[in-house]
Amino acid sequence: MPESAIRYAGLTARGLIPNRWDVIAFPLVFGLLLLAAKGAHETLAPLSSLKEPVVSLDPLNLPEYALRTTLRMLAAMAASLLFTVTYGTLAAKSRRAELVLIPLLDILQSVPVLGYISFTVVFFMSLFPGRVAGAEAAAIFAIFTSQAWNMTFSFYQSLRTAPRDLQEATRNFRFSAWQRFWRFEVPFAMPGLVWNMMMSMSGGWFFVVASEAITVGDKTITLPGIGAYLAQATAEKDLAAVGWVVLAMIIVIILYDQLMFRPLVAWADKFRFEQTGPQTAPGSWFLDLLQQSRLLQTLTAPGHQLLRALARRRFAPLHSRSTSPSETRSGALDLIWSIAVAGAALFAAWRVIEYVASGVGWDDVLNALKLGLFTLTRVVVLIAVAALIWIPIGVEIGLRPRVAEKIQPLAQFLAAFPANLLFPVFVVTIVHFDLNPDIWLSPLIILGTQWYILFNVIAGTMAYPNDFREAASNFRMRGWQWWRQVILPGIFPYFVTGAITAAGGAWNASIVAEAVSWGDTKIVAQGLGAYIAENTAAADYPKIVLGIAIMSILVTAFNRLLWRPLYAYAEDRLRLD
Amino acid sequence: MVVTDTLSETRLSQPILTVRGVSRGFARGSGEIRVLADVDLSLRSGEIVGLLGRSGSGKSTLLRIIAGLIRPSEGQVVYRGHPVGGPAEGIAMVFQTFALFPWLTVLQNVEAGLEALSVPAAESRRRALAAIDLIGLDGFESAYPRELSGGMRQRVGFARALVVEPTILLLDEPFSALDVLTAETIRTDLLDLWTERRLPIKSMLMVTHNIEEAVFMCDRILIFSSNPGRVAGEIEVTFPHPRNRLDPAFREMVDDIYAKMTARPSTGAAGQMPRLQLGSRLPPVSTNVIAGLIETVAAPPYAGKADLPEIARTLQLEIDELFPVAELLHYLGFAEIKEGDILLSSAARSFADLDTQTRKKVFAQHLLASVPLAQHIKRVLDERPGHHAPRVRFEQELEDHLSDGAAEETLDSVIDWARYAEIFAYDDQSEMFSLEDPGG
Repeated sequence: MPESAIRYAGLTARGLIPNRWDVIAFPLVFGLLLLAAKGAHETLAPLSSLKEPVVSLDPLNLPEYALRTTLRMLAAMAASLLFTVTYGTLAAKSRRAELVLIPLLDILQSVPVLGYISFTVVFFMSLFPGRVAGAEAAAIFAIFTSQAWNMTFSFYQSLRTAPRDLQEATRNFRFSAWQRFWRFEVPFAMPGLVWNMMMSMSGGWFFVVASEAITVGDKTITLPGIGAYLAQATAEKDLAAVGWVVLAMIIVIILYDQLMFRPLVAWADKFRFEQTGPQTAPGSWFLDLLQQSRLLQTLTAPGHQLLRALARRRFAPLHSRSTSPSETRSGALDLIWSIAVAGAALFAAWRVIEYVASGVGWDDVLNALKLGLFTLTRVVVLIAVAALIWIPIGVEIGLRPRVAEKIQPLAQFLAAFPANLLFPVFVVTIVHFDLNPDIWLSPLIILGTQWYILFNVIAGTMAYPNDFREAASNFRMRGWQWWRQVILPGIFPYFVTGAITAAGGAWNASIVAEAVSWGDTKIVAQGLGAYIAENTAAADYPKIVLGIAIMSILVTAFNRLLWRPLYAYAEDRLRLD
Repeated sequence: MVVTDTLSETRLSQPILTVRGVSRGFARGSGEIRVLADVDLSLRSGEIVGLLGRSGSGKSTLLRIIAGLIRPSEGQVVYRGHPVGGPAEGIAMVFQTFALFPWLTVLQNVEAGLEALSVPAAESRRRALAAIDLIGLDGFESAYPRELSGGMRQRVGFARALVVEPTILLLDEPFSALDVLTAETIRTDLLDLWTERRLPIKSMLMVTHNIEEAVFMCDRILIFSSNPGRVAGEIEVTFPHPRNRLDPAFREMVDDIYAKMTARPSTGAAGQMPRLQLGSRLPPVSTNVIAGLIETVAAPPYAGKADLPEIARTLQLEIDELFPVAELLHYLGFAEIKEGDILLSSAARSFADLDTQTRKKVFAQHLLASVPLAQHIKRVLDERPGHHAPRVRFEQELEDHLSDGAAEETLDSVIDWARYAEIFAYDDQSEMFSLEDPGG
C-alpha cells in the first residue's frame, strides 16, 4: 500500500522541532532514568524473594503463552493510545508545552528501549507488592516505549496540519473544544495514527520477546510467554522447541494481521482526507463480518450510542468566547518559563553526570565511545548492504503489480516477525563453524528490520507514475541510465523512509544481537549493544546509563546529520506529485 | 418564479450588522503591514451585498472578522447590538473549498452544525432532511463527500450553513472552485430560493472577484482596492431578479465596474497608475501569458486596443487572472490601461512580430528599465566580485515591505522573468543568484 508507506514517513518529517531544546531534553530524559535507577537500587532486596514462574517447553503450552504475549502487546497499545492522545494534544495546543514536549519526544525515540529495561523492571517490581504484576508492568512498559513515540508524533503532526478551512468551519458552527476534538481532529488524525499503530505493533513483537525474560544482576525474571519460552529453549539448547515457538509466532502474526491489522486499516480508510475519487479501498473480510453480524451489532449498539452521545456533548457553555485562539504573547512569562525549563535541565544534567561519574571514569567513557563507533559502523554497513540487495529486488517486484500484490503482505509479515526468535539458528551455526562473532553476529541486527527497506521500495515502485515509465521506454533509456535517472530518484523518498525505520530498529536490535548465548556458550561481538547487555546482566547501573547515553547521542547525531537532510532533500526535490 | 424588488424594504430596515472602522494588520520589522484599513459597512435585512476585489484586498479577511474567526486590530463589528468577539450565533459561512468533513456522510455533515448546538437528535434529523430537500440533495444523504462532484459538494456546504437557521449567510467565493456551468446552476437555484423567500436567512454577504457574478446576484456591491484593502466604491444594483446578463444595462454596469477597478483614484493623477517601487508586490504571471495577451490584443479584431471586459469574456479569464497581466504590461511599458481599456504601446506591437530570441532581448530591456527589483538584483550581482548573491538577502529586503508569502512570491516572479530574459540565473538548490549562463 504505497499511500500508507508515505504516511508513515510523517513521523520523521519533523520540520517543526526546535533543535536548541535538545540540550534540555537530553538531561531530562536521563534524569528520569536516573530516578528509575535510584529506585532500582533500593528495591533490589525484595527481588531475591521472588518465586520464579517456570516455563515448560511442552508445545501444548504455547497457545496459552502466545495469548499472554499478545495480551501484553494489547495492554501496551492501550497505554500508548492514551499517552498519544494526551501528550500529542498537549504539545499541539500549548505553545509552551510544545517547546519542551516535542524535543523530549524526539530524544525519547532515540533512546534504545532494551537499554533501560533493567531499571524499569526493578522500578515496577517495587511499585507492585504482588510482584508478578510488577514484572508484567515492566514488560508492558518496555513495549509501550517501543510503540508510543511514533504514534504521538503522527498525532501531533496531524493536529498541527489540520486544514484551515475545516478548522474555521468547526469554529463557525461553534463546536466546543471537546466536540471539535472528537468530530474533527481525531478523525483527521486517524489514518496516520492507525498506520503508525500498526507499525508500532509490528515492531513491538521484537520487544515483547526480549522483555519476557530479563536478567538483572543474578536475578532472572521470567513471564510466561513466547519470549520466555524462547529463553528456556535457548538455555536448554532445544532446537525443536525453537522450531515450535517460531511456528507459534507465525500463527499469532497471521491472526493479528487478519483480525486486527486489516480490519483497522479498512475501517480507517473512511477517514482518508484526500477528496479524490474512489481508488482501490483496502478491504477486510473480518471487518465485513463484524459489520454484517446483526447479533454483534445489537450487542454493541448500547456502547456505540454511549460513545456517540459522549462525543456529542459540549462540556462547555455555548456562549464561551474562548474559541478564538489567543494572539497575545507574553514575553515576560515566556522568559520565566524558559529559565525554569533550562534550570530543571541543568539540574538533571548535573545529577546524571554526578551519578555516572560515581561509577565510571574517563577510560570507560572512551571505551564506550569506541564500542559505539563499532556498532555505528555495523549499522551503516548493513543498511548499505541491505539497500544494495533489496532495492533492485524491490524494484523488480514493484514493476510487476501481480507479483507485488503477493509479496507485499509477505514483506510486511517478515517485518513484524520478531527476528530474535531466529537468533538461535544463527548462533548454532556460528558456534558450529567457529566463525568470527564480530563479523557474523552483525547481520542479526538488521535481520528483522531490513524488510522495511524492501516493502517501502516495492511501494515506491508501485506508486511510480506510469507516464514516466512509458516516457523512459519511449526514449530508450536503459541500464544504468534507467536506474540513475528514471527509477532511483522516484523511489528515493520511499527508500529513505524504509532505511530510517530499519536503522532505528538496528540500533535497538544491537543490544540483543551483539551478545547472544546458546546453552552455556556465550558469543559476544565488540560493540555498544553488547556493552549495555553485559552491564545489564552485571547490574552495573552507572555503566548502563553511560552506554544508553552514548547510544542515544549517536542515534540522534545519525538522524540529524544523515537521515533528516536526506529526508528533506527527498521531500523537496524528488516528490512526484 | 416570483420576482420581488427588495430594495424599498432594504432602505427602510435597520442594519442587522455594522462594521465600524475595522482595520487589520500585522507587525513587520519596525512597522506594520496593513491588509485592511478602516472599513465601514452595514448589512440590512433583505439584501445581498457583494465584496468585490482582487486577491490581496483583504475581503476574505473582512469576512472572517465578521464571522468572529479573526479579531480586528482596530474597530469593531456590531451584530444585533453587541460587538462580535467570537463565532456568533446566527452567522453561518459557506467556504470556497467547501470545508466538508470527508469522514461524514452528507446527512452527518449537515447535522454537524446542529449537533454543536446540542439540538436533540430527532429534531436535528428532521431539520437536516428538510435542508437537504430544500437545496436539492435528496437521494445523496448517505453519500460521502468524495463520491460527489464539486457542485454537489458545495450544495452540501449550503445545506450545512442553512440548517442552523442563520440570520446572516457569509459566502466566501462560493462558486470560484466550480466549473462555469455548475456555478451558474447553483447561483440561480440559490437566487430562486432567495427571491421566493424560502431561505431562513435575512441577509447574505458574498466575497467574490467575479464582476459579472456580483452584478448578477447582489443588491449592493462594495468595491475593494488593494494594499491595504479598503472600500473604494459602492454600487447599487437595482435590476429585478432574474437578471439577464445580455441586457445592455447589465453589460454597461459590468463595464463601469471594470473601469472603476482599473482606475486608481487614490494614487497620482487621474486614472494614471504609479510606477513600480523596489518593494512593490509582483504578481506571479508567466512570460507565456504576457506574450499571449500582447499577441491577442495586437491581432484583429482588436488591433492594439481592447475592452478589458470583452477580453475577459472571450478568453474566459477572471479579473484575478486578467488584471495582473494587464497591469504588468502597463508597468513594463507594453501597454496603457485606462478606464477599462487596454492600449498596446508601439514596443508591444512590434514585440508581437518578433522571433523568440529578439523578444527575449526586448523583454530584458523593459524588465531592467521598469522593474526596480530586477535592476537591483542585477546591480548587486554585477558589483559583487564572485557575481553571486544568496536569495535570503533579497527576501529580507522585501520583507520590510511585504508579508512573508508575498515577498517569496514576488521574488519567484522576478526569477521567472529574469530567466526568460536571461539577465541573471538562479539555482534553487543552493538558493543563489548568479550571472552564470548555464548554456555556455
